[in-house]
Amino acid sequence: MSKDKEHFRIAHREAWIGVALAVFNFIWWFGFAYGLGGKSPSSYHYILGLPAWFFYSCVLGFIVMVVLVTVVVKLWFVEVPFEEEEGEES
Amino acid sequence: MNWSVMIPLVFFLILIFVIGFWASKYVRTTDSSFLAEYFLGGRQLGGLILAMTMIATYGSASSFIGGPGVAYTEGLGWVLLAMSQVVTGYFVLMVLGKKFAIMSRRYHAVTLIDFLKGRYQSKWVVLVSAFSIILFLFSAMAAQWVGGARLIESLTGLSYISALFIFAVSVLVYVILGGFRAVALTDTVQGIVMLVGTLVLLIATIIAGGGIDSIMTDLQAENPNLITPFGAEGNLSASYVSSFWILVGVGVVGLPHVTVRAMSYKNSRAMHRALIIGTIVVGFIMLNMHLIGVFSRPILPGIEVGDKVMPLIALEVLPAWLAGVVLAAPMAAIMSTVDSLLLVVSSAVVKDVYLNYVEPKATHKKVKKLSFTITAVLGILVFLMALDPPDLLIWLNLFAFGGLEAAFIWPVVMGLYWKKGNKHGALASMLIGILSYILFHLYLPNLFGLHTVVMPIILSLAGYVIVSLITTKSGKESLVQS
Repeated sequence: MSKDKEHFRIAHREAWIGVALAVFNFIWWFGFAYGLGGKSPSSYHYILGLPAWFFYSCVLGFIVMVVLVTVVVKLWFVEVPFEEEEGEES
Repeated sequence: MNWSVMIPLVFFLILIFVIGFWASKYVRTTDSSFLAEYFLGGRQLGGLILAMTMIATYGSASSFIGGPGVAYTEGLGWVLLAMSQVVTGYFVLMVLGKKFAIMSRRYHAVTLIDFLKGRYQSKWVVLVSAFSIILFLFSAMAAQWVGGARLIESLTGLSYISALFIFAVSVLVYVILGGFRAVALTDTVQGIVMLVGTLVLLIATIIAGGGIDSIMTDLQAENPNLITPFGAEGNLSASYVSSFWILVGVGVVGLPHVTVRAMSYKNSRAMHRALIIGTIVVGFIMLNMHLIGVFSRPILPGIEVGDKVMPLIALEVLPAWLAGVVLAAPMAAIMSTVDSLLLVVSSAVVKDVYLNYVEPKATHKKVKKLSFTITAVLGILVFLMALDPPDLLIWLNLFAFGGLEAAFIWPVVMGLYWKKGNKHGALASMLIGILSYILFHLYLPNLFGLHTVVMPIILSLAGYVIVSLITTKSGKESLVQS
């Protein structure tokens, strides 16, 4: 039973990490898109040919999320067995 | 007929068949756990296949054919909206996560409804969810078939009926024979086709447009709004675009055909790999695919029907044989969504309704026969519906995914993580979710400038929590009784 509790504690923590990542993802996406993109198009800066708001929000934001997910999974996600003790089912 | 376009498409279909037959070997040789094999691939998926099957399942026709078309009309604002889907790459698996994997094994759950049955122990929860899955996903599936047939029709010049026939036979053969394992494997092939196809097409489009700089200059000269986040007419508001984070982002947790994949993986390591691969692949496909739509605008101005943007630009910027390879991508997207919908609806009929309430003691042989038959019958029904889609079906499809999200998200998520949630709360949440979605859709669409899906999801959460708290005591009693 205590093993069970430990597994669930891990599972709950990882679910919260998922929520935190999504919140961060949203803030990054929203902040750059509407923070930089709200100006008049004639005053836009460009990075790699794309408007800066789009580059930061969608291109860089995507890369940042990939890096974050990779780091989080490698550092904090724990391997947990899924089968119960009986372990017959496969 | 354009044969150099056709040959890669035909080759692609043959490949899909081969996988179906190969996977059917597993279905034929298992006996004791036939249901887990047929509807869940024996819970043996590894990381790559898990990631690909999840992405391919929700990257449906609407996003693949419709998406680039809308991006063509609206500009970069629509690419921004589409990028809200990156979150699905990690969110679904992290939030359902290991708890869902452990609990669904404990309940011996093969479908989402099995999980709800194990958690809430209520006949009504099972019946209401089975009914809504069958009704909504059946309509969604039929609408996708229409899309698939139209695509074949426009690519090959065949009549709509023969196109529909080809599409139906291709999908039915591998789904009926191979079950979930065949679906997951073909999804992987289809996901790779989408990934490579969109990348090749994006590069060719950028070259044809004379580089990103000159494409942006052309777009700004035509209409400066095309390079803002606000859409061509300036009417994509920040709150409206943000609310798509719920519809196509985090809300996807509630879709039964996506959720069932979160119980299909082998072990923790598969899940960890799928998180990383899934995030990369979904973001890459969404970004490429929608940018193709935007970048096509200066190259092929004046396309009236959005759905034709993908095929036309492929034929314009690529050699014919390569266009055939690339155009297998939207086909792949449609097939990979349809196959999983078909299997989920079939499992709802066989496993959730028939085995639970009609004949619980059916023999393995009978269950096996029944699963094949029901899947085939459903497929034929969809085919007949798609020949001449009735209005009701089109109407149901309009809110199929949003309605299912509003119905299932809280019974699943709160059921996993909130001990006090009970069957009354779950039932209230599902009914409120579906009914309020239909009502908002009809009478108050896009309330407060948000997509219609937002309010029903909030209301169904309130319903779940309030009803669960009120009935906590009586809920415990009835649990003891049953």
